[in-house]
Amino acid sequence: MQLVLEKRAERSNTIALVSPLIAIGLTIVTMTILFAILGKNPLLALQAYFIAPLTDSYSLQEIAVKATPLVMIAIGLSLCYLANVWNIGAEGQFLIGAVAGSWIAVKTQGTDAGAWVLPAMFVLAAAAGALYALIPAICKVKFGASEILTSLMLVYVADLFLDYLVRGPWRDPQGFNFPTTAEFDPVATVPLLIEGGRLHLGSIIALLVVAAAAILLGRTIKGFEIRVVGAAPRAARFGGFNSNQLILLTFAISGALAGLAGIIEVAGPVGHLQPGISPGYGFTAIIVAFLGRLNPIGILIAGLFLALTFIGGEQAQIAMKIPLDVTKVFQGILLFYVLACDSLILYRFKLVFPNRQVARGTG
Amino acid sequence: MRKTLLALAAGLLLAGSVSAASAADKLKVGFIYLGPVGDLGWTYQHELARQALVKELGDKIETTFLENVPEGPDAERSIEQLVRAGNKLIFTTSFGYMDPTLKVAKKYPNVHFEHATGYKRDKNMSTYSAKWYQGRYIQGLIAAKMSKSGVLGYIGSFPIPEVVSGINATILAAQTINPNIKVKIIWANTWFDPGKEADAAKALIDQGADVIMQHTDSPAAMQIASERGKFAFGQDSEMIKFGPKTQLTSILDTWAPYYIARVKAELDGSWKSEDSWGGLDSHMFAMAPYTNMPDDVKKIAEDAQAAITAGKLHPFKCPVIGQDGKEIECKGGANLADGQILGMNFYVKGIDDKLPGK
Repeated sequence: MQLVLEKRAERSNTIALVSPLIAIGLTIVTMTILFAILGKNPLLALQAYFIAPLTDSYSLQEIAVKATPLVMIAIGLSLCYLANVWNIGAEGQFLIGAVAGSWIAVKTQGTDAGAWVLPAMFVLAAAAGALYALIPAICKVKFGASEILTSLMLVYVADLFLDYLVRGPWRDPQGFNFPTTAEFDPVATVPLLIEGGRLHLGSIIALLVVAAAAILLGRTIKGFEIRVVGAAPRAARFGGFNSNQLILLTFAISGALAGLAGIIEVAGPVGHLQPGISPGYGFTAIIVAFLGRLNPIGILIAGLFLALTFIGGEQAQIAMKIPLDVTKVFQGILLFYVLACDSLILYRFKLVFPNRQVARGTG
Repeated sequence: MRKTLLALAAGLLLAGSVSAASAADKLKVGFIYLGPVGDLGWTYQHELARQALVKELGDKIETTFLENVPEGPDAERSIEQLVRAGNKLIFTTSFGYMDPTLKVAKKYPNVHFEHATGYKRDKNMSTYSAKWYQGRYIQGLIAAKMSKSGVLGYIGSFPIPEVVSGINATILAAQTINPNIKVKIIWANTWFDPGKEADAAKALIDQGADVIMQHTDSPAAMQIASERGKFAFGQDSEMIKFGPKTQLTSILDTWAPYYIARVKAELDGSWKSEDSWGGLDSHMFAMAPYTNMPDDVKKIAEDAQAAITAGKLHPFKCPVIGQDGKEIECKGGANLADGQILGMNFYVKGIDDKLPGK
């Protein structure tokens, strides 16, 4: 007798809906065991992780701040993944957007430039992110190069380019040689929504992006095209959809959103350009996109959930003296279960008895 | 079953809040660390000092640390989390936390902050650092004596004044022994990346360096020098176990006396915002035992250490000649002024390299 995975005749929509919940449930069970092994009270630990951050406005704000770039990037990535193209380089597009937008901030520093500065930074950042994402897209369309590799490798190029700028031409002259630009002027800074808090305009923009993506995918022909090209490429060809054009489009949109997220992060919570502005947002957003089932609302929830694990992980570090590594283990386990449970959408477990298998083989 | 679980949960939560209440009388002291506590370098030394602090004042304080906090957008939140958890004195232990610390300090005027190695202060935000260039000067003397090839290898982290002044102090010292001493510099552009640091050490040795010095935090360079049979200096902490036949000495960050003094000040209400920049005389750092060298070299090192500690020897004694051959303006009487050292952005004569970004 053995347990095998058998392909389902059609995908199970029920499982598709509950699989993230099963994954979260399994993660919590695993973490409970892990906390117990570490000698921590699992209930208190889970309380610090999941409940405490939801109980005060400060932590809620922090969750929103943290989720903002994740959600924006993940929305863009989901369009690519729905169309079955693999943009792995959102981190690079994020950085290039941050650099491009910062260019305006740096050049207008100390001048009496008006309120046009911030919108111009946003536009330039989105354009730069889109153009940067188009490099792997064009390489794929023209030369058949793997967009997974090219987009990933461009991350390092962007990282080093940013590094060069803040160590060289854009370095703050008053900054004692430290690799950072001067603090941006107020006109080049994302406005805060709550006085004394950290919640900023970017979170509103992220919500608008979610809404726009929901409309694009649910109500427009383009959205339909994206989904058909991804789900049934042959059918899409017969239908006359141009898959190359869609590759370029989805890459451009996801690049633009990552770039916009980049400048919002730099002109918002950070306030200046420096290396290390992204603790891997572009990569974490891949988790968010899949955790959210490539669905805009799902991504919003997944982004908030992942942000919760960051904030909660920190509070657990403080309140329970739980090491930081446990937070990372937690996120890894979560992704593992999500992917594992996803296989149940297309497959199901089946008990197979070897003698019957043999009989079928010979017959 | 469900009811039992709920009761259990409530009981546990209650137990948690009771223990929190008994801890509330203690002063809460928080730490933000750049690396993992086990980096064996920079963060490790802060962690050792925290442990010494707990040993000394453990009955009056409760400490918390957050490790591996990147010097980016997350730092501000991490610091604020410590404030919100009730910490009244918070040490942020890397330069990159300067602006985030300042932001949080402005928001919470009743909480006191101590920022390591920065230059921005406020009513409730002190800075503290050490005059490591004094230790570098001693290392420069030893290096020049021990090098057969006359080429020193220097692994820089970032071209910031602290590091640049360390390189200059090294060379000024080495030139007093060997006027033709050469130094090869590699910028690792990181504080902690054992892989990169090892590569840098290999490259320097391949370029002829036979004494390796570093301003990065891991023992990787020490291990490479040990493999290749060269000499090296440790950084931040005692690294002799990574090169028993290799380490000449090491600059040891000894934060414990400062941390204990500041926490005591906080406890008795005498804490004030200050700028502490301590040298060998203040025990803000120490030199590891002088090992793997002949007695005459050891004597030179010990004499220099005694002279610096007594204030008789200053590494940046005027005249200091810049790389371009021009004399640096002497703003501190007989020596360069502290401000000139804290903002040092030039190489001295004899360094055959270009300062990045210059």
